[in-house]
Amino acid sequence: MPAVAETLDTVQSVTEGTYKWGFETEIEMDFAPKGLNESTVRFISAQKKEPEWLLEWRLKAFATWQKMQEPRWPAVKYPPIDYQDAYYYAAPKKKDGPKSLDEVDPELLKTYAKLGIPLKEQAILAGVEGAGDSPSEGGRMPIAVDAVFDSVSVATSYKERLAKDGIIFCAISEAVHEHPELVKQYLGTVVPPGDNFYAALNSAVFTDGSFVYIPKGVRCPMELSTYFRINAKSTGQFERTLIIADEGAVVSYLEGCTAPMRDENQLHAAVVELVALDDSQIKYSTVQNWYPGDAEGRGGIYNFVTKRAQCRGKRSKVSWTQVETGSAITWKYPSCVLLGDDSVGEFYSVAITNNHQQADTGTKMIHVGKRTTSTIVSKGISAGKGQNTYRGLVRVAPTASGARNFTQCDSLLIGDQCGAHTVPYIENRNMSAKVEHEATTSRIAEDQLFYCRQRGLSEEDAVGLIVNGFCREVLKELPMEFAVEAQKLLQISLEGSVG
Amino acid sequence: MLRIEGLTAEVDGKPILKGIDLEVPTGEVHAIMGPNGSGKSTLSYVLAGREGYEVTGGSATLNGVDLLALEPEERAAAGVFLAFQYPVELPGVGNANFLRTALNAIRRGKGEAELDAMQFLKLARARLKELQMSEDMLKRGVNVGFSGGEKKRNEVLQMALLRPSLAILDETDSGLDIDALKIVADGVNALRAPDFAALVITHYQRLLDYIVPDKVHVLMQGRIVQTGGPELAKQLEASGYASVQAAA
Ligand SMILES: Nc1ncnc2c1ncn2[C@@H]1O[C@H](COP(=O)(O)OP(=O)(O)OP(=O)(O)O)[C@@H](O)[C@H]1O
Ligand SMILES: [Mg+2]
Repeated sequence: MPAVAETLDTVQSVTEGTYKWGFETEIEMDFAPKGLNESTVRFISAQKKEPEWLLEWRLKAFATWQKMQEPRWPAVKYPPIDYQDAYYYAAPKKKDGPKSLDEVDPELLKTYAKLGIPLKEQAILAGVEGAGDSPSEGGRMPIAVDAVFDSVSVATSYKERLAKDGIIFCAISEAVHEHPELVKQYLGTVVPPGDNFYAALNSAVFTDGSFVYIPKGVRCPMELSTYFRINAKSTGQFERTLIIADEGAVVSYLEGCTAPMRDENQLHAAVVELVALDDSQIKYSTVQNWYPGDAEGRGGIYNFVTKRAQCRGKRSKVSWTQVETGSAITWKYPSCVLLGDDSVGEFYSVAITNNHQQADTGTKMIHVGKRTTSTIVSKGISAGKGQNTYRGLVRVAPTASGARNFTQCDSLLIGDQCGAHTVPYIENRNMSAKVEHEATTSRIAEDQLFYCRQRGLSEEDAVGLIVNGFCREVLKELPMEFAVEAQKLLQISLEGSVG
Repeated sequence: MLRIEGLTAEVDGKPILKGIDLEVPTGEVHAIMGPNGSGKSTLSYVLAGREGYEVTGGSATLNGVDLLALEPEERAAAGVFLAFQYPVELPGVGNANFLRTALNAIRRGKGEAELDAMQFLKLARARLKELQMSEDMLKRGVNVGFSGGEKKRNEVLQMALLRPSLAILDETDSGLDIDALKIVADGVNALRAPDFAALVITHYQRLLDYIVPDKVHVLMQGRIVQTGGPELAKQLEASGYASVQAAA
C-alpha cells in the first residue's frame, strides 16, 4: 500500500513533458577511428588488452557479419544505416577500465547523480543485511550498480560485499581478465556470434557490459543493475551482458539506459546471454528509456538487441520483464530456450510507442524439455503516430511432452493515427502440449476519461492512470524501486498524446 | 449556491434540455424526480462538463463561478461532484490509488497540501468505517467486479473523501438494499453543512425519507415543470407523473 501510494506521488510530481535525460556530459574521450573494418576490431581488442582467443573470436564474428544481411522482416521503417559513418569505441580519457569508486572522474559521478543512479555505496545497515533474502520486499535495499558510459564500465559498486558470497559482478572486460575460464566457457553459447546480423556485429565490436556469476546455492542478497549511458556523438553502443546462475542460485538483475537528445540516430546493438542451471532462477528486468527522438521523428536510438536465456537445468526459471518506453526503433525479442525438464520461462512486456516511435518486440519460447512451461504477457500501447508490433514465437519440440504455454497480448490505442499489430507464431510438434493465445485491442473509453476528470484528474493524468492500470500485470513483476520509475516513465512517454 | 438559468443542451444535435431554471442555495438539499428519459442524467453531465453534451444556451454558476467555462477537472476542483448513475470500471487501477490521486488533485486545485500515503489511509479508513464498507474495497480495481450496490457505495465513499461543495447524486439509491440505502443517506446527511448543497436525482420517495430534501423538482421533457416541498415526492409516489402532466 504505502509503496503504491508513493508511486502515485512520483507520478504526480512529474509535470514536464520533455526527455529529462537528454543532457550531454562534457568529458574528454578516446575514440577509435571512425568506421568499421578489421582494424577497428583489433583496436577495440587491444584497448582492452584482450587475450588472443577473444580477438580471434571477434575477428571470426566480424567475417561472419560481413557476409550477413540486415533483417528486413521486422515491421519497422528506417533509412539505410551507414555502418562506416560511426564510432565503435568511445571511452572517457585517463585510466580505462573499472576502478574503485573513489577514483571515478567526478564529472561521471555527477552525471550518474543527475540521472538518479546511486554509485556511492550506502553502508549496509545491520538487520537489513539479514533481510537480503527478498531484495524487493521490506525496506530499501541497496542496489549494486555497474555503470557503463559509452564503451566502458566506469564503476561497479558493492563488489566486495558481493564477493563475500562468492558472487562475481563486474564489467565483462574485467571478467575476461579475472575469470577467463567462466567467460570462455559461456560466452556466445546462448547467442552464437552468427545468430543474426546485429548479434554478429556485437560479437565483433562489443566494448563492455556486465558479467554476473552466482555460485551454487547462493541467493544474491541485493538487486544487481547495470546502467547504460550513451553520451558521445555518432557513437554506437554495443554492450554484452553475460549472467550465469549456477545450481540453486537466485538473482534479480535490472538494466536501465538513457542517452542525450540528438538529431542523429544512434545505433545500440546489445547482446544479453543468460544461463540458468538446475533449480536456479534469474529475473531480468529492463527499463528501456533511450532517447526516442523528437515529436517530428528526428533523432533517437535504434535499439536492435538480442536477448536470450537458456534454461539448461532442471526446474530452472528465467523471467524477463521489460518496460520499453524509449528508442526511435526497438527490435527486440527476449527469449527462453527451455532445455531442462520442468523449466519455466516468463516474458512480461510493456511497450509504448508515441510520436513516430516504432517497436517490433516480443519473445520466443522454445520448449525442449518435458513439462516446460512458459507465460507471455504483452501490453502494447500506441499513441501519436506510433507503430507497435508484438511478434512472438512459441515452439514446442517433439521432446517437450506436457509442455504448456499461455500467451496474453493486449493492445491499447490512443488516438487514431497509431497502429497495433499482433503476429503470433505457434509451432507445436507435441500432441500432449497445450498452447493458449489470447489477444485484445482496445481504446481508452471516453467514459473512463470523463470519470477520472470528474474526480479532478487532468486528461493526461487520467490517461496515465488508465495506462498504468492496463499494464499492471507487467509492472507488478518489476522490483519495487523500478516499478515506481517505470510508472513515471509511462506517464512521461505519453505526454502530449491526448487533447 | 447553484444557479441555473435558461439552460438548454443537446446531444447529437437532439435538444434534450429545453430551458432549465433551478436554484439550490448552499446548505440545502434538493431532489429531482422525473420519468425515464426526461433529461435528469443529461443535466448532471452538462453540469459536470461531459463531452458530447453541448450547451446551446443559458448559464450555470456555482457560488458565482461560471461552471460552463471550465474543464471537467476544473469543475471538480471548484467543488462539483457527480455520483454516476453507472459508475465506470477502471481495470488494473487500484481503488486506493484512484481515491488518493483524486483527493490530491482536488486538494491541489484548492491550494491545499497533498496527503501522503499514511495520512490518506487514515482518512480513508475513517470514511470506510462510517459507511460500513470493508477495507477490501481499497485494494480492488476501481469498480471492477463490484456489485451494483458496491459501486454506488464506492461513489458515496469518494464523495465523503472529496467533500464537494455541490454533490449531484444520480440515482445513487437504485440497486441498494434497505441497509445500504440508510448508509448512503447517512453519508449525504453527514455532509450537510452551511457550505454544502446537493442535488439528489431519484425515482423513489423512499430515499427522501432518509435524506429529507428542502425542495423537490419535477423534470419532464427537458424542463422543470413543478417544484414543491417533500410532500410533492409523496404525491408523485401515490399518483405518478400523469398528475403533474395534467397540472403542467
Ligand atoms: N449519448 C446520447 N446519445 C443519444 N441520445 C442520448 C444520449 N444521452 C442521452 N440521450 C437521450 O437524452 C434523453 C435524456 O436522457 P437522460 O439519460 O438524461 O434521461 P434520464 O432522465 O436520466 O433517464 P433515466 O431515469 O432513465 O435515467 C433520452 O431520450 C436519451 O435517449
Ligand atoms: Mg438517468
